Amino acid sequence: MSKSNITYSNADYYVPDSSRWPLIASVSIFAMFVGGATLLNGANIGPYVLSAGFILFVYMLFGWFGDVIAESEAGTYNGQVDVSFRMGMAWFIFSEVMFFAAFFGALYYARMYSIPWLGGAGSGGATNEFLWPEFASAWPLFNTPDSYGFTQFKEVIGAWGVPFWNTLILLTSGVTCTWAHWGLKIGSRKHLIAGLSVTVILGIIFVAMQAEEYRHAYHALGLTLNSGIYGATFFLLTGFHGFHVTMGTIMLATILARCIKGHFTHENHFGFEACAWYWHFVDVVWIGLFIFVYWV
Amino acid sequence: MSEVATHHHDDHHGAHATGIMRWLTTTNHKDIGTLYLLFSLVMFFIGGTMAMIIRLELFQPGLQFVDPQFYNSMVTMHALIMIFGAVMPAWTGFANWMIPMMIGAPDMALPRLNNWSFWILPFAFTMLLSTLFMPGGAPAGGWTMYPPLVLQTGDAFPFLIFAVHFMGASSIAGAINVVATVFNMRAPGMTLMKLPLFVWTWIITGFLLIASIPVLAGAVTMLLTDKFFGTAFFSAAGGGDPVMFQHIFWFFGHPEVYILILPAFGIVSAIIPTFARKPLFGYSSMVYATGAIAFLSFIVWAHHMFTVGMPLAGELFFMYTTVLIAVPTGVKVFNWVATMWQSSMTFETPMLFALGFVILFTIGGFSGLMLGVTPVDFQYHDTYFVVAHFHYVLVTGAVFALMAGAYFWMPKWTGHMYNETLAKWHFWLSVISVNVLFFPQHFLGLAGMPRRIPDYAVQFADFNMVSSIGGLGYGISQILFVIIVVKCIRGGEKATDEVWEGAQGLEWTLSSPPPYHSFTEAPDPESITGGHR
Repeated sequence: MSKSNITYSNADYYVPDSSRWPLIASVSIFAMFVGGATLLNGANIGPYVLSAGFILFVYMLFGWFGDVIAESEAGTYNGQVDVSFRMGMAWFIFSEVMFFAAFFGALYYARMYSIPWLGGAGSGGATNEFLWPEFASAWPLFNTPDSYGFTQFKEVIGAWGVPFWNTLILLTSGVTCTWAHWGLKIGSRKHLIAGLSVTVILGIIFVAMQAEEYRHAYHALGLTLNSGIYGATFFLLTGFHGFHVTMGTIMLATILARCIKGHFTHENHFGFEACAWYWHFVDVVWIGLFIFVYWV
Repeated sequence: MSEVATHHHDDHHGAHATGIMRWLTTTNHKDIGTLYLLFSLVMFFIGGTMAMIIRLELFQPGLQFVDPQFYNSMVTMHALIMIFGAVMPAWTGFANWMIPMMIGAPDMALPRLNNWSFWILPFAFTMLLSTLFMPGGAPAGGWTMYPPLVLQTGDAFPFLIFAVHFMGASSIAGAINVVATVFNMRAPGMTLMKLPLFVWTWIITGFLLIASIPVLAGAVTMLLTDKFFGTAFFSAAGGGDPVMFQHIFWFFGHPEVYILILPAFGIVSAIIPTFARKPLFGYSSMVYATGAIAFLSFIVWAHHMFTVGMPLAGELFFMYTTVLIAVPTGVKVFNWVATMWQSSMTFETPMLFALGFVILFTIGGFSGLMLGVTPVDFQYHDTYFVVAHFHYVLVTGAVFALMAGAYFWMPKWTGHMYNETLAKWHFWLSVISVNVLFFPQHFLGLAGMPRRIPDYAVQFADFNMVSSIGGLGYGISQILFVIIVVKCIRGGEKATDEVWEGAQGLEWTLSSPPPYHSFTEAPDPESITGGHR
């Protein structure tokens, strides 16, 4: 990064005086957690607290990002502040990668160890013989060791149907996102807005197709969250990914709105880049999902 | 060094909020550091009260004071509060206060995020502590939250999970801030290999946090869906495996152990050279050893679960990697001792706590080696030997280093010297009582006393009584610390800028107390002498 060779004066580093947004963020998330927890415990008040927290959270997002955007547009941030933002976003994405790693780890562990051991492999002979002698190791695991309490299913979502088209959609959206970035760099607003619009639309199509796939799984295949370890890993991995695509789409739509308003210059547009990084991250996670959840 | 004092009182960032709003909305690294440290102190006493209840119940065999369910809640909550509420926020508090001053920066890189990472904590711990009053009681399945036991938790369960998510978000945000600050905000001339070791150990801690906390978030999310949404991650009947939770949890849990101790290494590496009046021996080997420990921390996790029934290859792999950690840790202990060799030492309280750390942490390290040897662990697993081990590394390790650091920098923070006589009393009472408290637990464990039980066989009675007496002594001694801190904030002998005769580093070039914004102008590159002086 050539920017790091420039030395900045400490006096120019923007330190905001004070801000009420972090506190509001904490209060809103606290309300969402407390509302969600009481909802799970079956209390009637849960949904109201949860909704109030969510509304406050959205208000906070507008306020906090609004402040940052206003400061950015006013030219408050020098190159060193920009680097802080870059590092912050990069490490945040890395933490997200590790979050997905936990679920991929669960998938690999189930496939490589727990299911074969339940089927009697390795040192699992006694487990198999005494607990579930009928159980045979398999993947996808259509029949769980104990059928009580779990939904058995007949078929899984094949890789070469919707998931294949979704892969193409997401990869294409990565290209259009980069194409929009190129438009921003050469100073062509039209080109930028067109590229971003296509990216957002592709993101929406992806999420819609994923929702349709879930509907199909639940209603036609009987594959649910409750379908043993296959259903658990399938829905949590693809579900958290779908949630991240939704977030990414909202982020890119926000950036699109800002581009239409005339924000960003060809050399100063970290907000755009941060969302683009995030978009490529969900793209890469999807490749992992396509290979390990749907394909092999 | 006073000729390069760079503080300017013409505070060009303008006025900040006053009263309670100052603390609620602050973006200043010192204010936030103070909040972290005070929060940590409060949690230290709440968690300590729980420890007192545990030791009270164990004073004699038989059930005397609390019912077993509540006893187990105390064990679980004590651990969660001490780890996530006391020690981790204390390190982040030190990082906030010291890192910008040590690297010559005006503040942390992301000040608003910094405020958020603190102000999550009171809310997260309100959630966690509120579970004490819920139907079914507070979580009682141990801080490790192993399924299927933890799934039997009452109404507290989702609050436990969400509290862990919330405090995890705080840790990740804090870690990102430290990493961005160190890599982006260093003054000109402050090269990486001139960084004070506290900064080095904290960057590496930051990496550990960013890489491991999300894995914990994933693990507890799976617990939540297993409990409420019918998933089968940890149910063998559905093709999952409860042991899988232990693997995922300890993939987080072992780096977490080093998150708690690496900043302690950094503080001790600052204090020993100061009071030995001699440069730190082997600065660069300290940096590489810290990196090596951090790397190894990701490939040793299953040593927490040797008895769970793993393939032999797994047992061997995790035993060898675990024992390998002794090498870089040995490098560190050797360097601290070598720094003191032929030096002119004085024994002010920070140095006493640092020396206590070196000796007692090493004892905890040795018992850790014993536990790391698989066949030996088969006997020690889940006994009081384990309890003795991790309290030696966490109390006489992490907490002693916290105390050392607090005394070391308190004059810088408050502008006043603390009361040295009282502080020496605090040290000697602590160091004696803590050994009375934890040393007998080694014998209890070797004799077979299991951990996490409110009652025990009569042959364990004597050592338990000794341990409880030590526990009461240690608990009461810590009240002295609060008295010393309050006295120091309110007044006392005026501290000089340098504070300690042998002190080296940029933080000592600022006034005591330092100006509201640390280095509004970058310090003179000539004044940056480097960690190895």
